[in-house]
Amino acid sequence: MAVDEKLKIELGKQGVMVTTIQELYNWGRRSSIWPMQFGLACCAIEMIATTMARYDLARFGSEVFRPSPRQADLMIISGTVTKKMAPQVVRLYNQMAEPRYVIAMGACAISGGPFKQGYNVLKGIDRYIPVDVHIPGCPPRPEALIQAFMTLQKKIDEQHLTGEGRPRHLDEQAPGEFQVPEFGEHDLDPPSNPGTWTVPKIIQ
Amino acid sequence: MSSFGIKNEKLAGWNRPPVFESDGEGELLEVAMGPHHPSTHGVFRMDVVLDGERVIKLKPVFGYLHRNHEQLGQTQSYLANMPYTDRLDYFCSLTNNWAYALAVEKLVGQEVPERAEYLRVILAELTRVQNHASTIGFLLQEMGASGTPLMYAFREREKILDLFESLTGSRMMCNYMRFGGCRVDASPAWIEATRKVVAGLPAFVDEFERFLMTNEILMARCQGIGVLRPDLAVNSGISGPMLRASGVNYDIRKVDHYGIYDRFKFRVPLGDHGDIYDRYMVRMLEMRESISILNQALKDLPAGPVMDPKAKIRNFRPKAGESYGRIEAPKGELGFYLISDGSPNPYRYRVRPPSFINLTVLEDMCLGSNVADVVLIFGSVDIVLGEVDR
Repeated sequence: MAVDEKLKIELGKQGVMVTTIQELYNWGRRSSIWPMQFGLACCAIEMIATTMARYDLARFGSEVFRPSPRQADLMIISGTVTKKMAPQVVRLYNQMAEPRYVIAMGACAISGGPFKQGYNVLKGIDRYIPVDVHIPGCPPRPEALIQAFMTLQKKIDEQHLTGEGRPRHLDEQAPGEFQVPEFGEHDLDPPSNPGTWTVPKIIQ
Repeated sequence: MSSFGIKNEKLAGWNRPPVFESDGEGELLEVAMGPHHPSTHGVFRMDVVLDGERVIKLKPVFGYLHRNHEQLGQTQSYLANMPYTDRLDYFCSLTNNWAYALAVEKLVGQEVPERAEYLRVILAELTRVQNHASTIGFLLQEMGASGTPLMYAFREREKILDLFESLTGSRMMCNYMRFGGCRVDASPAWIEATRKVVAGLPAFVDEFERFLMTNEILMARCQGIGVLRPDLAVNSGISGPMLRASGVNYDIRKVDHYGIYDRFKFRVPLGDHGDIYDRYMVRMLEMRESISILNQALKDLPAGPVMDPKAKIRNFRPKAGESYGRIEAPKGELGFYLISDGSPNPYRYRVRPPSFINLTVLEDMCLGSNVADVVLIFGSVDIVLGEVDR
């Protein structure tokens, strides 16, 4: 239930701030998304450039890169995920505390990108963990990463605390752990997590 | 211990790692540093065996970023592989381009126009400056100077990346060189902008040096740590600033005279102890020499085409044969080995990555030092995982 805008402004003039728990809760979450300090490949350099003085990610409250997954809210998959690295990425994601979000940065993280033909390259991290924002590019520019942060903030702002569309950590049915793939005989086993990813249907 | 005549009197005797004799009691601790570790420059694992604080064994584990570069190179045409070389060492895409173009040009006997050679030198030296600046920034970050030196380095790097972007269309993945020249010509405005950036570089290096060179913490943590003996360096095939920091005078720009490097006057800085501090100083001095090369190249830049009009682009099928092209990349000797069987794609395509081969002496440098120094020694090697694992 939203507060009447005019009433809010009127009360604001009197020094009274009115808001809902939901707005306050989402405002707090979206204004301090701490990413994990976790670089994979080329895109990691653009990620570092985004945090530097010129692009200044601190404007969005996200300059605090935490080396530990336990303290991080956001995982930026910045680069190619190989089949040797994929189990580690899923394990790191499992170690993060809710609420947690994922940005797939660059073509490789989305789909394998230019290295898709390679025998050792995972064809998109969304096969194993849920991804909130995809940014295309090889590598995406720092502005694109900032756009991804803004998209994520918008997404958090629109979440309701109850009912449909509530964040995963408030949903008791949502899975907390995701299956960590292992090297099978030929390939990663399982090839994808069934609850996370389904084979896209091609409509003729 | 003094490197480049710089000695810290106050810290005499401090800069040696304390040597603890193992009493044979207690357990050895095995630590896996990586693949997710904030100082591994990507995804790399070191299995370190520790006796207290002291490293007694170190095993590097590679392959977390193996992207099948060589296999992909063999399945596609020569030109289609050019953008993939950008992603080898993603700090220095232009030098990768150059080394690959050089190998193919050797294979087909292709000439390169004068202006293109000059542009290649300018771009390669700009790449060297930004690579060395960021390497030193990262090294300082690993030392605990969290962020600030890196911000100075990246401020300069952004200026150079702007030049790359306005010339090639991309900040990092430039894909600019072609077999027989360069893709597009540089406009007079670009040359002017480059002059301006190059004119500002010495002030940046001065500033960097003023803050860092005699810094007590930097000297205490770098001098005498991670020593690489010159004989071991030569036997292991080390190249680049690491080899020169050990005192071996070997610079492919001087040895091979590839491109037009024999026209420029520049010196090759050498270290004399082969420790982290020397590696840092060699990089610092190389930046100054690069600036001097840049000034000379910008002064003499001739007019003319940037692409050989006789260069074949469509239906590019080199005759059967083999070639090896190498350049002095910012990290060391970067070589491309190609075998052609007359088809549009190479029969064999092999990269000699400097990062990977420089990493092979990591254990020798780390043995006996403290575990906190492993991070610094590793950082001073200056690797990029895209090139190590390929």
